[in-house]
Amino acid sequence: MIKKKTRGVNINWGLLSGDEAVARGAYENGVAVAASYPGTPATEIAESLSLFSEVDCQWSVNEKVAYEVAYSAAVGGLRALFSAKHVGLNVAMDALMTSAYTGVNAGFVAVSADDPGMHSSQNEQDNRLMARMAGIPVLEPGSPADAKEMAGAAFGISEKFDIPVILRLTTRVAHSKENVRLGARLRVRPRAFVPDIPKYVMVPGNARKRHIDLLRRLSLLKAFSEQSAFNRIERGKSSLGIVASGVSYLYAREMFPDASFLKLGLVYPFPAEKASRFAASVKEVLVIEELEPFLEDEMRKAGIKCRGKAYSFRHGELRPEYMPLLLKGEERPDGKTIGRSPVMCAGCPHRQVFWLLKKMKLTVAGDIGCYSLGASPPLSSLHTCVCMGSSLTFLEGLRKSTGRDTVAVIGDSTFVHSGITGLINMGYNRSPGTVLILDNGTTAMTGNQPHPGTGITLQSGPGKKLSLEALCLACGADNVDVIDPYDIVGLERLLLLRIEEEKLSVIIVRSACLLLKKERGAPVFIDAGRCSGCLLCLGAGCPALKKGIEGKIRVDVSLCNGCGLCVSICRMSAIRKQEK
Amino acid sequence: MKTRETVNIIFCGTGGQGVLKASEICAWAALLDGYHVKKSEVHGMSQRGGSVESHLRFGSKVYSPLVPRGQADFLIPLHAEEAAALKDFLSPSGRDYSRELETAGLLPQERRYLNSFMCGRLAVDLPLKKESWLKAIGIVFGKGHAPENRRVFLNGYRGSG
Repeated sequence: MIKKKTRGVNINWGLLSGDEAVARGAYENGVAVAASYPGTPATEIAESLSLFSEVDCQWSVNEKVAYEVAYSAAVGGLRALFSAKHVGLNVAMDALMTSAYTGVNAGFVAVSADDPGMHSSQNEQDNRLMARMAGIPVLEPGSPADAKEMAGAAFGISEKFDIPVILRLTTRVAHSKENVRLGARLRVRPRAFVPDIPKYVMVPGNARKRHIDLLRRLSLLKAFSEQSAFNRIERGKSSLGIVASGVSYLYAREMFPDASFLKLGLVYPFPAEKASRFAASVKEVLVIEELEPFLEDEMRKAGIKCRGKAYSFRHGELRPEYMPLLLKGEERPDGKTIGRSPVMCAGCPHRQVFWLLKKMKLTVAGDIGCYSLGASPPLSSLHTCVCMGSSLTFLEGLRKSTGRDTVAVIGDSTFVHSGITGLINMGYNRSPGTVLILDNGTTAMTGNQPHPGTGITLQSGPGKKLSLEALCLACGADNVDVIDPYDIVGLERLLLLRIEEEKLSVIIVRSACLLLKKERGAPVFIDAGRCSGCLLCLGAGCPALKKGIEGKIRVDVSLCNGCGLCVSICRMSAIRKQEK
Repeated sequence: MKTRETVNIIFCGTGGQGVLKASEICAWAALLDGYHVKKSEVHGMSQRGGSVESHLRFGSKVYSPLVPRGQADFLIPLHAEEAAALKDFLSPSGRDYSRELETAGLLPQERRYLNSFMCGRLAVDLPLKKESWLKAIGIVFGKGHAPENRRVFLNGYRGSG
């Protein structure tokens, strides 16, 4: 943040990411409560909000909990914000659907950060469709400055129409930065919570009336959308008219400087009359958007003649250079992946586990986190990964046909997020199986956020620490073992024993994430004279090991942490540990 | 804001090298000089040693946060193998700084400041004030690490004669 004199007035400017801008916009507009669960590209929204002492901000156990905590704070009378990645909204969907009926009291904004192109996600769903299904209005910013303005305005819209508002970001918006003008925080008076059973208690008799009321509120919102300055027409010189929202608008504006634009910010309810007037004023209408043809469908539903995109453009991100292809109606070019893939860090405790699972030829029901990288070659030893918490439930289901040689692998944060219910289900239904909880004491993949198992909270210091051992026993596990992954011999012995027993076993494999450790171990030493060049050690996929001259192994001492996995793999004793 | 054509820069390297910090420094320098700045990159899985690229654009008014393919004025690699895949982003008159990377000649203990060094090299070719760069380094690194980064930045700046 800097202070700069412009026309004699002090103005604060920041170079803010879309996530930071959402946080700033919410802060300036009096947000008092925020809840989230980490997930790229939304993580930094809660992290940024947590820096403001006026905002009560938490990492919740999962997105459903986060949504309900934030939403009910708004029902109670405080402006509140929920933020999550797109798939996090799925977890919160039960609450979200009905919160459209019950409405708000103080303003409530749900931020969904979608990930077209799946930079860091298991799917690329377009949550504008989720909002339409729920009957919740959607604001769609294209840049950080846009995001800040819309995050602020969303609270007003929410209060005016008594409804949650979805602010839909995409990765390019969340993680791009631009100059953003900073303002002061508005003083927003808390509203009183007035008990209103027909509004807030959704038993069928009340819910029927509230659904009718939702339809009424949506029709008012439709009229508002027609008038909203977020949906604006920009006249250009050419006869081409482009309808676009989000970052797609910016790509199109860059590449077609002469076109006329209908720039949509409040995309749902769709301003069909404004779009119709726009279409009548140009010769040809082209709709440009990422993922689902949401705007295009709305245009066609309103009977407006327009051209959308080729079918192949329904997946992946857009880029500025694709604009001419969209104009010509051509297909998406082949998306060749370039560059190196992410890998587990050198010395990562997860690598020990996956190397062992591969050696033992086990089928592995996996989960979401850094350890999903266990599926990458050369380890290739994680066989399913669909959604948060699915490793335990998949273990139960898969074992019905695969039998005992299947295990589940899940991280500590993910287990707390949604693995617990799967474990209770196995205990309750007397389903045997072995579950490995890779407990590195953090939510590593999203950038090391704390969770209940760490006992640290986002903002208010120490919270109550969840004991995984006690929890697993209470859920119905027959055994709970704790072991250090660097004790690879002990871990193998324990795995064999527990798999053999055919009980419900949890093995907590505990070692802190390397990114949290300040001390690094001494790199291993390679005795080139002993190395036979068998390269068996490369099977562990450690980025610190490479094939060197004469086909012998070489260690990158700047990466190696001396974890010793390669030492235990090498049959020639050519790799040795060193004292620091 | 100044009126000027947009300058397009792509920084690249691998996770942990400081690619994002390099573009952050340059972005702040441009912001301090009164330009509209846009910078785009992807976080998350890339921090596990994957490829990292950051697009930076500044001018009087910038629309797209991504540099259109074929329009980059500068390609700044921090890792020799990462530049090749991005060459087609360069405009015909664009400059690839692979050679500057090759001849950086940093001492082993200076390697962690490679991002600031490359910013120094880049600064010679950009219309941004030296003071803005130095101030930007302070904003990005804070008091603790700014002095060393400034020193290495100036090495890059002076060493490009």
